[in-house]
Amino acid sequence: MAPPERLGTVLAAKREAGRKLFVPYVTAGCHPAWLEVVGELAAAGADAIEVGLPFSDPMMDGPTIQEASRQALERGTTTASVLDQLARADLPVPIVVMTYFNLVHRAGEARFAGRLAAAGVRGAIVPDLPLEESGPWRDAAEQARVDPVLLVAPATPPERAKRILAVARGFVYAVGLMGVTGERQALAASATAVAERLRGRSSLPVLVGVGVSTPAQAAQVAQVADGVVVGSALVRRLLEGDDPAALGKLARAFRAALDDA
Amino acid sequence: MSAVQPAAAPEPLMADPGPSGRFGPFGGRYVPESLVPACLELEAAFREAWDDPGFHQELDDILRVYGGRPTPVTPCRRLSAQLGVEVLLKREDLCHTGSHKLNNVVGQALLARRMGKDRLVAETGAGQHGVATATAAALFGMACTVYMGEVDVERQALNVFRMELLGAEVRPVGSGSRTLKDAVNEALRDWVATVDHTHYCLGSVMGPHPYPWMVREFQRVIGDEAREQCRTLLGGRDPDWVVACVGGGSNAAGTFAGFVHTSARLVGVEAAGGSAMGHGAPGVLHGMRSMLLQDEDGQIGEAHSVSAGLDYPGIGPEHAQLGSVGRAEYVTADDREVLEALQLLARTEGIVPALEPAHALAFVVREAGRRIPSGATVLVTLSGRGDKDVAQVRELLRGAP
Ligand SMILES: Cc1ncc(COP(=O)(O)O)c(C=O)c1O
Repeated sequence: MAPPERLGTVLAAKREAGRKLFVPYVTAGCHPAWLEVVGELAAAGADAIEVGLPFSDPMMDGPTIQEASRQALERGTTTASVLDQLARADLPVPIVVMTYFNLVHRAGEARFAGRLAAAGVRGAIVPDLPLEESGPWRDAAEQARVDPVLLVAPATPPERAKRILAVARGFVYAVGLMGVTGERQALAASATAVAERLRGRSSLPVLVGVGVSTPAQAAQVAQVADGVVVGSALVRRLLEGDDPAALGKLARAFRAALDDA
Repeated sequence: MSAVQPAAAPEPLMADPGPSGRFGPFGGRYVPESLVPACLELEAAFREAWDDPGFHQELDDILRVYGGRPTPVTPCRRLSAQLGVEVLLKREDLCHTGSHKLNNVVGQALLARRMGKDRLVAETGAGQHGVATATAAALFGMACTVYMGEVDVERQALNVFRMELLGAEVRPVGSGSRTLKDAVNEALRDWVATVDHTHYCLGSVMGPHPYPWMVREFQRVIGDEAREQCRTLLGGRDPDWVVACVGGGSNAAGTFAGFVHTSARLVGVEAAGGSAMGHGAPGVLHGMRSMLLQDEDGQIGEAHSVSAGLDYPGIGPEHAQLGSVGRAEYVTADDREVLEALQLLARTEGIVPALEPAHALAFVVREAGRRIPSGATVLVTLSGRGDKDVAQVRELLRGAP
């Protein structure tokens, strides 16, 4: 069997074809039906799906994803249980995990990357691992053909952004605002500003995440970015009792807004 | 070619960790990209200030005329007679606000002002760092928000009110273990969103670079003063043992900094229910690589202690280094020993210590005439006074069999 295409290759090809990219997020294990939700998101036209491996101390996350992480851990969710489920799921779109560095560190970089690859995961976002500390992890991930996604923030100066872009893989995660994850009434000005600054500076797609809360906001971001990551808006509804089909419906609204943008 | 390799130069201990912020394999700067520029700015500001005699002059002046420094070293006559070892106390309980926390906070507030920031956020466990931060904010006319776990808000109610009297806003934190660890998470979340005008005034030798180094430097006044004072009291000698309690480890680091190059044995005392050195493994949390209580998957464990200030699953990275190279040792004291040591000091010396430094005393009480030979001289850093704990201790003693 040929190895699966790299995350960066898949996403870049879609961008070349003129498509705006939609990457929804769900915290693994936050709900008994979380994997069904992943299936619904794929069917709704997601280009990749970000799966959160729950961590006890999610310092980049606001109340919604904190609560999702808490419930997931309370249900006994572990890295092994999530990867096991993903390995058996045979999903039609690439999976990117998002987690905090201590989970990687505890397993050891090489072992963790190998476990991701074995489960078919094609990328990883580790938000508390900035450029300077990321070397060993990037090497291990590269070895395992897992794309280490790096983040650029509104506060990142241009010279630093350049160094991050030079080693980024998969896609560039442009943080939409100075703050933690969570829904916001209005799109922050920084969401389009950060994408604007990065436009044309990387061969990788630039996706804006954090604070993209509605299909209309996604469409606004897509004027300047290659796509969006949407998390809390979906996870909140799941925690409030919406079923997977309802989340699929919301995901289709995001898809449609991006297609029309 | 010689078969004998030259021995590697020993790592310089308690020195400037350089731009990587490493203490051997510990430390570093594991923060989200959004906070990296702020940490770099802070490091640059601290390096510049620490090289500037004008900054030292202003800091020293404030600590003297406002903070009550230098604090004395008190020889304990009756306690020493009872234990058979010579106990000296470095009296940080006599610092303004009642603990060593002020030393660090005044330094950071001055830096915040240099960086043009007009708001301080802080985490607090026992409330002493929160009170100190609220105090500095009042002194410098800055806004102040303090995050405190709900469990600690309950057991340190008096300090919550003190912070409010000083004009700070106290935000209780209901996530996770609802103690110090969760207050740090929440303070970091605040800082990510407010970093353009807010300085995060971290209360111990933990967190991302430059905090562990910077806070140790702001606290080294404890050790530098104590060394001189001990030499005067001990006829030019250094103490045989130097003992301090360790939550994140700032009073211990400040104390050790004065003695690391002497022959004194350095001992850090953790709470038995929060011993990152005894029961932890290397990990990454709150911006640093250090020893952490955690499970096989890397989920962070919860500490449990009577003392809110030591209820933390990690330890400052420089302590992890000092422990791993054997320059300092880290031991524990349990809640019962701590309550006994607190009462013993109160009755023999007329000093009611805070629960945190009562851990350091408990080690000395337990080991005097055992590991600590009779006749040895022991310096204990009394990091804070017990007023904040009186109501809690009363409850605990009532409940005791
Ligand atoms: C009096 C006192 N000592 C010690 C500590 C623990 O902090 P550190 O280990 O940083 O000195 C605290 C923390 O709240 C405290 O209030």
